[in-house]
Amino acid sequence: MRVSGKGQNQNAAPVSFTFDGQSYVGRQGDTLAAALLANDVRLVGRSFKYHRPRGILTAGSEEPNALVTMGDGASQDPNIRATTLELYDGLAARSQNAWPSLKFDVMAINDMMSPFLSAGFYYKTFMWPKSFWEAVYEPIIRRAAGLGALSGKANEDIYEKAFAHCDVLVIGAGPAGIMAALTAAKAGADVILADEDSVMGGRLNAETYNVGGHVGADWAAAQIEQLKALKNVRLMPRTTVTGAYDDGTFGALERVAGSGDAPLECFWRIVAKRSILCAGALERPIAFPNNDRPGIMMASAVRAYLNRWGVAPGATVTVFANNDDAHQTAVDLIDAGVNVAAVVDSREAAKPRGEYRLINGGLVTGTKGRHGLNQITVTHAGGIEEIETDCLAMSGGWNPTVHLTCHMNGRPTWNDDLQSFVPTDGTIPGMSVAGAAAGHMSNAACLKSGAQTACVVATDLGFSPNADVPSAEDTPYQIEPLWQVDGKGRKWLDFQNDVHVKDIKLAAQENFRSVEHMKRYTTQGMATDQGKSSNVSALAVLADATGRGIPETGTTTFRPPYVPVSIGAMGAGSQGNGFAPQRLTTSHHASVDRGAPMIEAGLWYRPSYFPKQGETTWLQSCNREVDYVRNTVGICDVSTLGKIDIQGPDAAAFLDFVYCNTFSSLKENRVRYGLMLREDGHVMDDGTTARLGPNHFVMTTTTAAAGQVMTHLEWVSQALRPDLNVRFASVTEQWAQFAVAGPKSRELLNSMLDDPIDEESWPFMACGEISISGVSGRLFRISFSGEHAYEVALPARFGASLFRQLVAQAEALGGGAYGMEALNVLRIEKGFITHAEIHGRVTAFDIGFDRMVSQKKDCIGNAASRRPGLLDIQREQMIGLKPVDPNESLTAGAHLFVEGADAVAANDQGYVTSVCHSPTLGHALGLGFLKDGPNRMGEHVMLVDHVRDVRTLCEVCHPVFFDPDGGRARG
Amino acid sequence: MRLTCPICGERDRREFYYKGDAIELDRPNQDAGLAAWDDYLHNRDNSAGEIRDLWHHAAGCGAWLIVTRNTLTHAVSRCELVEKDTR
Amino acid sequence: MITEVDAGPITLVAPLDGGRKATSEALKAAIGIGFPNPNRTQGTGPRAIWCGMEQALIVGAACPDLPQAVCVDHTDAWAIVRIEGDQVEDVLARLVPIDLRSAVFKRGHTARTFIGHMNGGVTRVGANAFEVMVMRSMAGTLVHDLESAANGVAARSV
Repeated sequence: MRVSGKGQNQNAAPVSFTFDGQSYVGRQGDTLAAALLANDVRLVGRSFKYHRPRGILTAGSEEPNALVTMGDGASQDPNIRATTLELYDGLAARSQNAWPSLKFDVMAINDMMSPFLSAGFYYKTFMWPKSFWEAVYEPIIRRAAGLGALSGKANEDIYEKAFAHCDVLVIGAGPAGIMAALTAAKAGADVILADEDSVMGGRLNAETYNVGGHVGADWAAAQIEQLKALKNVRLMPRTTVTGAYDDGTFGALERVAGSGDAPLECFWRIVAKRSILCAGALERPIAFPNNDRPGIMMASAVRAYLNRWGVAPGATVTVFANNDDAHQTAVDLIDAGVNVAAVVDSREAAKPRGEYRLINGGLVTGTKGRHGLNQITVTHAGGIEEIETDCLAMSGGWNPTVHLTCHMNGRPTWNDDLQSFVPTDGTIPGMSVAGAAAGHMSNAACLKSGAQTACVVATDLGFSPNADVPSAEDTPYQIEPLWQVDGKGRKWLDFQNDVHVKDIKLAAQENFRSVEHMKRYTTQGMATDQGKSSNVSALAVLADATGRGIPETGTTTFRPPYVPVSIGAMGAGSQGNGFAPQRLTTSHHASVDRGAPMIEAGLWYRPSYFPKQGETTWLQSCNREVDYVRNTVGICDVSTLGKIDIQGPDAAAFLDFVYCNTFSSLKENRVRYGLMLREDGHVMDDGTTARLGPNHFVMTTTTAAAGQVMTHLEWVSQALRPDLNVRFASVTEQWAQFAVAGPKSRELLNSMLDDPIDEESWPFMACGEISISGVSGRLFRISFSGEHAYEVALPARFGASLFRQLVAQAEALGGGAYGMEALNVLRIEKGFITHAEIHGRVTAFDIGFDRMVSQKKDCIGNAASRRPGLLDIQREQMIGLKPVDPNESLTAGAHLFVEGADAVAANDQGYVTSVCHSPTLGHALGLGFLKDGPNRMGEHVMLVDHVRDVRTLCEVCHPVFFDPDGGRARG
Repeated sequence: MRLTCPICGERDRREFYYKGDAIELDRPNQDAGLAAWDDYLHNRDNSAGEIRDLWHHAAGCGAWLIVTRNTLTHAVSRCELVEKDTR
Repeated sequence: MITEVDAGPITLVAPLDGGRKATSEALKAAIGIGFPNPNRTQGTGPRAIWCGMEQALIVGAACPDLPQAVCVDHTDAWAIVRIEGDQVEDVLARLVPIDLRSAVFKRGHTARTFIGHMNGGVTRVGANAFEVMVMRSMAGTLVHDLESAANGVAARSV
């Protein structure tokens, strides 16, 4: 219920929202949790394993219970914490993990069966028989367990990611963080202040303390205004720093508050010279019997709801604690006019801070209320007493938020005075810790620590900071350990994964004594809250059960992210067209206009084929295009091939070193095929290289390996042969280059070239400068089809019109454009290799090119290519394949077996890399690799494709099926 | 992780391509023998502590770098060009 | 605001071993700008933009004969856009991983880095203005990525 006169948003506008279809009214500035409590909704979810009724435990991102699902359809977003979800008009949230409804949950039967569902239950029960696991157990468990559900549809919400840089990153904007940011910023440092809340101020917004004579929250707001006015400060509210990584890099998740096209979330990579962790501390529960009923909350959360949002989570509140701090909850409630039944303090010597009933040495040993607390049992020196209460504010002390300091394998240090772990110095290079995160528990100590830490950091960075620390309360923090309370009923530790004290003891009993083993055996701390409120208590219980101290027991490993990060945020920008850059050729639009389906080749888009009216299958188009090239002339955009300009006095020597064959002997205005090996003797890439001048070459690479080859050339030049004076630059983008292939190719070119060519001036493998309508370009007489063919290149700005003209001329001669399908058929007919063949595991020997590896010179891969194992006759070597029955087909990826042998791995003789239907020869063709292949010409082998269920008897043949002596290409 | 490229300055690791141990700089002679080539191509120490690795500033200046870093602490102590700038 | 830049002729210049000084002097004599240092540009009319190890692009002027350097025509190799506005740094921060704060990355500074998934160049040409260049074939993606980033920034300030 609301408490009049309380709350920083007490005058805010009303906001209507729904929860499980029921309408409610909250206030602007509320979280969903605050608004639900204001409407007396206490039951908000069901637990993970036992489906126990659960309410709101905390007022922050550590919340284990109050998880809701937002949105519908593809936008459905599960496991949103009601405690951080800002209320807006029309918000519609649903509870989760309850079926058919929150109040009546059939699966709560799990709770009745709980004696069988102990820790390790899944491991023990579902181990045998194996077949039952998939068929029976898993589906049942999947249905019964689990948090919210995903929609299963592609999410269309917008996410974003971004980079930020600063001198000082301050993590957390409570009293310490504000002082740290102010101090560093006023000294001149570029500061980022990130805080996960929508309103900065941290605990100052949840407490009634004064700072420098002002109400804490007002002081905080004033400081934030001051920071906002500074140009060197970037405030990042709603931003949780999720991880600390190497060299001052941090991940941070921002919940973006925007409208329209605004992203839901932004994932930030923040790079900071120094960082100051001011993440505060998290209050921990006490494990007493049935401590999980709705209405049992953290004492600090009760204060937060009261002081920040003007909400009393109950009509009659009882406090149960082992420390002084929780007494403030009673004080604040009484000041606000809320009834406080008692403060139960486990310590004998605790002193009251106000006018309330204090039960010293008391323990809460039982609770009642199925869907919400209505009574507690208190055991104290005077006996056992029952107290009617609908809200119990508990506090087992505070855990400094050490998480980020452990992200690079650091371990926190146990502090006996605080009964908690505190950060160990130096675990994250460049990070300092201040405030409650460092174990400074009073308001004054936090302010001072923030300012002082920032002074040290700013001084290190070369600034001259001044710290001006306001006055504030400085009550010492007093605590005595209390981890668990004996009594009948389960004493819950991990509320989200339903782990209780007995589970931990069972783990210890079964010898899962290491904290990491206990964690995995019980699932303690493995839910989405990662045990923020429960881990330390669980360790204490384990320490007790194993007879060790807490420091010896140690902690589990804290890993990023600190809060759950949606995959959508991490993959931001990569949906749809953002997935990968699209590289378009200059002929792209003309190809699309002609109806060509475009296929991806790396990042490039290339036309598959150019359908003509009346054609109903791709094969018809492909066959026609092959026919163009074999009989008239075809045009194909080959601009996607990598082109590298290589110049310098040592250019030829450099090529001799990177290619296995020789280029220094290549004449000017001539082209040569080159094979490039990796240093391990396997083939890296192939292509042609043209010599345009004494010291000037243009290398082509395959489309796929262009980037890899460039990187390789840079490696060779810088690391292995810095003695060679050579420079290279990619010119792939500068040129639009088209294959003009077929018997009428020269005729076509001569209709366009300013100076016609003939056989004598431009023989096979010639190259040089040409001009078309006065535009200079290059012409290469090379062929990937086996026909009399050329590649013509003009600067890319002329690409679109050159393509149009070439295709128009080709059509006039009875030919036309051809795509990737026809290109593939043409090269298979000729036995020309692509990366289907040179797939990384083949050598020059395997493709029959071993004589190309010059023995006269050193070159990359030369020595290793001569290793005996790489020249073994039994290696799988390239062959051609054709079906014995010309009507049968071949499939790529199929394996080859001796006819009659079982088609099993042990009998594998080789495999098929490329297949096509050859319209020229009228049957299927394939290229593949076969053991001792070159010596098995004419032999029959069985092609077996287990995946597509194909078996075809094939004849092994020479890989060059068409025009074996190459007469057509030479003209 | 961030590396300080001697040419471009401090950059995020996403700009760099990792090759492997800096032993690859010590390329044997062509006729050094199988054992030497086998070592060069395949055998690597997997030491806990300081290592020298080759990185390429692929999205930056294109320089190949020798990065000395500690596999236990992740501390990068040196980042130098494989090629001394002779021009 | 995103606008296409028609840069005129572009030549990639890479001095050969020992040729940097001579190349710089020859450039200065011919078009008034020298060979730039790493991560820097020279000139505002005809410009020299550093673009990698011992490489620079000579933009907006015909490249003179440079006997001590390798020169390669790159006029058609690049898509260049100018992006300008109060929040230009915020927009680029969605795509570019390097530190572009004005105190660090000043007018005339240039960097080779990522623009989204693309390798490219970023140059500060004014207090609130940058030029971004990627390979010509990726022009469409460049515009798509810049627009997405700008929409995200704009939607927040509503």
